[in-house]
Amino acid sequence: MLLAISVVVAIIFFVAFIISVKKGQYDDVYTPSVRMLFDDELVKTNPKENQPVNKVKSN
Amino acid sequence: MNVTFKKISEILYCQYFQGFYDESHFLGRSIPEILCSYIIGEDMTCYHCGEHCREETIAYDERSFCCSGCKTVYEILNSSDLTYYYELENAPGTSPRYNDGKFNYLENTEIVEKLLEFDHAGTQIVSFYIPSIHCSSCIWILENLGKLHKGIKSSQVDFPKKKIRISFSSEAIQLKELVLLLARIGYEPNISLENFEEKEKGIDRSLIYKLGVAGFAFGNIMFLSFPEYFEIKEFWLEQFKHLFRWLMFSFSLPVVFYSGQNYFISAWKGLRSGILNIDVPIALGITVLFLRSTAEIALDQGTGFFDSLSGLVFFLLLGKFFQQKTYSFLSFERDYKSYFPIAVTRLFSEEGKIKEEQVQVYRIQKGDRIIIRNEELIPMDAILIKGKARIDYSFVTGEAEPVEKNSGDKLFAGGRQQGGIIEVEALKPVQQSYLTELWSDEVFSKDKNSAFQNLTNQISKRFTYAVLGIAIVAGVFWIFYEPARAWNVFTAVLIIACPCAIALAAPFTLGNLLRIFGRNKLYLKDANIIEKIAQVDTVVFDKTGTITQNDRSRIEYEGLELTEEEEQLLGGSLRASNHPLSRSLYNILDNNNISTPEHFTEFTGQGLETTYKDLKLKIGSQSFVCDSNQATASPLQNKVEKTSVYISSNDLYKGCFSFYNSYREGLPELLMELSKDQELIILSGDNDGERDRLGTIVPAGTSMFFDQKPGNKLEFIKKLQSRGRKVMMVGDGLNDAGALAQSDVGIAISEDVNVFSPACDGILDAKRFRDLGKFFQLSRKAISIINLSFLLSLCYNIIGLGFAVSGDLMPVVAAILMPLSSISIVVFTTLATQVIAKKSEIRSQS
Repeated sequence: MLLAISVVVAIIFFVAFIISVKKGQYDDVYTPSVRMLFDDELVKTNPKENQPVNKVKSN
Repeated sequence: MNVTFKKISEILYCQYFQGFYDESHFLGRSIPEILCSYIIGEDMTCYHCGEHCREETIAYDERSFCCSGCKTVYEILNSSDLTYYYELENAPGTSPRYNDGKFNYLENTEIVEKLLEFDHAGTQIVSFYIPSIHCSSCIWILENLGKLHKGIKSSQVDFPKKKIRISFSSEAIQLKELVLLLARIGYEPNISLENFEEKEKGIDRSLIYKLGVAGFAFGNIMFLSFPEYFEIKEFWLEQFKHLFRWLMFSFSLPVVFYSGQNYFISAWKGLRSGILNIDVPIALGITVLFLRSTAEIALDQGTGFFDSLSGLVFFLLLGKFFQQKTYSFLSFERDYKSYFPIAVTRLFSEEGKIKEEQVQVYRIQKGDRIIIRNEELIPMDAILIKGKARIDYSFVTGEAEPVEKNSGDKLFAGGRQQGGIIEVEALKPVQQSYLTELWSDEVFSKDKNSAFQNLTNQISKRFTYAVLGIAIVAGVFWIFYEPARAWNVFTAVLIIACPCAIALAAPFTLGNLLRIFGRNKLYLKDANIIEKIAQVDTVVFDKTGTITQNDRSRIEYEGLELTEEEEQLLGGSLRASNHPLSRSLYNILDNNNISTPEHFTEFTGQGLETTYKDLKLKIGSQSFVCDSNQATASPLQNKVEKTSVYISSNDLYKGCFSFYNSYREGLPELLMELSKDQELIILSGDNDGERDRLGTIVPAGTSMFFDQKPGNKLEFIKKLQSRGRKVMMVGDGLNDAGALAQSDVGIAISEDVNVFSPACDGILDAKRFRDLGKFFQLSRKAISIINLSFLLSLCYNIIGLGFAVSGDLMPVVAAILMPLSSISIVVFTTLATQVIAKKSEIRSQS
């Protein structure tokens, strides 16, 4: 019984892997790593009144 | 001055990084940058593109820009609150360069339809290749295109491929507007004839699948074999032993029949053509492993070798995967289609009026009238009808200087017009033009790799015979000694001798070196090229653009010295002129003080005449300058054909500026280095005006050939090869394309690896031209590393054979020996390549 479960679990992960490859998740492995860094800071840069003269933003 | 500037900026940057400055930006530039710009004077860098502002500085919004193009981009981004672009990276932009009207063909619905990937009601999807994508700011701005125009729904960048996929609504924004928007912010998409034909090819992911299957099976079979490894004799394990074994069997089925299928196919192909390649012993090993293991579990004799079997296939595929490094942003298979425009402007008359229309280039028929604008490519052979043509054929023939043509002259496909608009009449359709016919030569359809026998396959031949010999001798011995074990010994020899480690040596060594080369800007098509480089004994260089630099010319002045006033007026006059020669002369000369001429007349195709106070200068061609004072003209006849600008002051001949090709830095040293081991040949499409000067640079024994047409170059390489030479061709333009394809190793030199290179085996960044010799050395050393790894893996095989011949090969021994030998080979080759890379002072880490 446990054996059957272990095999089934293994196969589920295997199928998940195949699907992820098929969907092209491994085609571009670089851009997402850069893209994920953008999102937070995008919110900060909306206001127009923040037109910088001597302070833009400190890191 | 330069040294102090460097020192100061270094100190400032150190403090900056240690946190001495809280405000990282001031007026949009970092404090160290501003201080530096004070130190070096007015030399400011552009806020947008980071170039030094040379000719003029535009101040806008308290920032400095090098040109109005850059300023416009800033304005656009600023008005859409997208200035975060400049905070992500320092000066990330590219200054926009495009002609109006360049994208007019995107109004043609037929072309638009071809370009769109998806087109339904309110949603259109299009993909572009944008060469100027280079940093994270680029990704950010391009993925926020929607903020610039509400018609753009979403956009996604594929950074390694430099591609963008945009989903938009054609009701709100036309494709042409979209492309213009991209061009305006400095991201001009590259649309060529290739896009027009290209159908999205399916990406080949089969190797990943196979690797996944093998890895999955390998792991599971290992788990299932654990009880047997430790010989645990528990009641329930004994109970389930058979189930375990049949589970292992079923896991191994996909490994043998799916993951390993390529080895069988390749071995079969090899055998049929009479070659014992490395896949033959591998396929033999896999077959024997599988059959013996199945027999063992069916007859209840043991557990079989399923773990070793799946491990073997997994490691082999891993090697293949590692070797398969592709530079997705480069293309090694380009032909003329990548450079040709997708459409041209055709003239047609309607109701007596002449109108312009955009036509797909394949639709051009003989006799059609076509308009070619500045910087546009002539896509077919044609006759010039109207306008002044200055055609740059460097692309096709390798000639450095543009050729002047008058109406009635024949123009060949592939030339680029420089100057005004011309009108031409097509002589032939695109496919039948001179340049395109070059591509019908058989070299372009031949697969170069098929004839090449790599090192691994050379070894595998002897190896296979040896292994079969040992297996038979050992089997025969045991038949007489103890017949029951003969079959076991015979199969055990074949199993243990399966050349996993040998098969891995080359992929990992070459794969690793391929990456090291890539970091050093030599991008090779595949790892086999390295083996070929190591065998090269003749290096053939193209001249123009390969050993000379395209962008920077060197000038020499001959004649009477110019007075200060004359120099000042010369600078001013050159600045006012639009002629390409004046522009390049102006850029080279020192222009400290220039006086703006009072009268300025430009005679097209001849020269210019300017006056300032009582000084009159004539600048231009020899006939233009010298005619009026023939007395001095005669002794100045230049026998050598070279491009010169003549100058006379108040009708008195002063002298001339001659342009020379400037050779790449370090060329003499490089040639000297290469000439030790290779024969060098220079093959130029240009005239032999440079022969004498070149002769002083190249090492003795170098042959030089001039006036070589593209076809001649190809034949030349063929002739060398028929004499048994292994030839490397180093070239740059389309004129070398045939020779690059014919040679054993074709290396294209490229100033900008993203933009252009003909079909070749490798692309070398022009900045690293000097290191060509190091690449040679490294390739040779790589071959020695592979040979050493062969020795190492032979040692493992001898140990394994000891077990096998003596008749007691335990599955656990095979399961340990196989991965151990593979892993040690991988470690050895990786370390060794790093060491040789470091020794040759080439960067091994990025």
